[in-house]
Amino acid sequence: MNRLTTRLTWHHALGAVGLALLLVGSAFGLFQAPPERHMGEVSRMLYIHAPHAMNALLIFTFAGVFAVLSLWTAKARWDALTAAAIEAGLVLNVIMLGTGMLWAKPTWGVWWAWDVRLTTALLALLLFSGVMALRSFVEDPQRRAVWTAVTTIVAYVDVPLIYFCVRWWRSLHQVQSSPDTVDSAMVLPFRINLVAILLLSLWFILMRARLEVVRQAHEQAPEPAARQVAATVG
Amino acid sequence: MTLRTLLRQTATVLRKDLLLEWRRRSRLVSIVLFGLVTLMLFSFALDADSDMLRAGAAGFLVLALLLSSTLGLAESFRIEDENHALEGLLLVPVEPVAVFYGKAVGNALFLLLMAPILVPIALVLYNVDVHATQLLELLGLWALAAGGLAAPGTLYSAMTVRVRSRDVLLPLLLYPLEVPMLLAAVKAFGLVLLGDPMGQLDEWTQFLVAFDVIYWSLSGVLAPYVLEEG
Repeated sequence: MNRLTTRLTWHHALGAVGLALLLVGSAFGLFQAPPERHMGEVSRMLYIHAPHAMNALLIFTFAGVFAVLSLWTAKARWDALTAAAIEAGLVLNVIMLGTGMLWAKPTWGVWWAWDVRLTTALLALLLFSGVMALRSFVEDPQRRAVWTAVTTIVAYVDVPLIYFCVRWWRSLHQVQSSPDTVDSAMVLPFRINLVAILLLSLWFILMRARLEVVRQAHEQAPEPAARQVAATVG
Repeated sequence: MTLRTLLRQTATVLRKDLLLEWRRRSRLVSIVLFGLVTLMLFSFALDADSDMLRAGAAGFLVLALLLSSTLGLAESFRIEDENHALEGLLLVPVEPVAVFYGKAVGNALFLLLMAPILVPIALVLYNVDVHATQLLELLGLWALAAGGLAAPGTLYSAMTVRVRSRDVLLPLLLYPLEVPMLLAAVKAFGLVLLGDPMGQLDEWTQFLVAFDVIYWSLSGVLAPYVLEEG
């Protein structure tokens, strides 16, 4: 029980530090960073949009790695981590697309353009949602783990496309910026939010994975043992 | 397991599937008919406007292929699921990877066989004039698109056939995955049908080849895990 409590505290510390950093970074982005010369105040949206976008790609990469490990080792914890990372990646992806649309309307004049970057990002949302949909239909834990891993690896092929598409094809979306070409007052809130959202995502993944392990134990255990596990967690 | 044995087992699985289809002919007939209905529906959706139909012919052809493919792909593992035939096949023993490639090649062939019927009919329905060389180019591109559908489609059908709501899940998983192939094929078909003044056809063809290579390799690596899981 003590070990469990210690681990929970450690997980929650990630979330607490992430939330605090997000508040600090957002405050810097809203009040201290200067408005961008051409975009004006709407540019502040990028302190939320870009960190979510970068973390979404990173978390989907984690999901890909966890999926390979799940197939390789057949251990339930990697399956739980794969599912949790996909969920976190999906949340980040939705926020990325939403904030991107809010930024696009005043800047590009449209909520949505069928640009290669936007399209591949939307595809990631659909592909990984498909993985979770398939997962929800499979009752056998081993089969669910294998199929989740396989579909995650196949879906992951889209992730490098999201990153490189703006370099490979003509795109309305800008290519990746360099901190060297951006005012340091703008770089600071961006970097703080980048770390903050990463920490919050890791906290979310660890909590969701833990919940998944408990759920699987509950599924597999006979009735009295299941009640015991539920009582331990509760 | 030598490469020769693997190829022999793949050919055996392929021959089994082709023989079953030859005896029933239901799958090929149904996917071709479905493709024709789809082509017809596109005409009505655009109010039979000749100019718009000609401009969109490439997209409609590729969409007809994509939509019809799910019928055939779903069927390929459904016959194995009945009476646990897949289990028997693996116990023969046939290597899972040979089962996958045998079925994927069979599915690619079924989709390829749609082309000689659907392409000429689409060209007539949409008033597109082409030369023999353009027709050959179209068939080549169709083969690449069919290949891009067959490998991941076969992998996914091996999974979705064994769950509830399988008819919903296969398109849900497959269509987003096929969007890059769809975009490249529509672009390449359009360049063949409507002209290629900037010489872009090679690039889009290479993209289709790359898509096929990636998914035929990746699906081959992953398929044994899916099939052995039973």
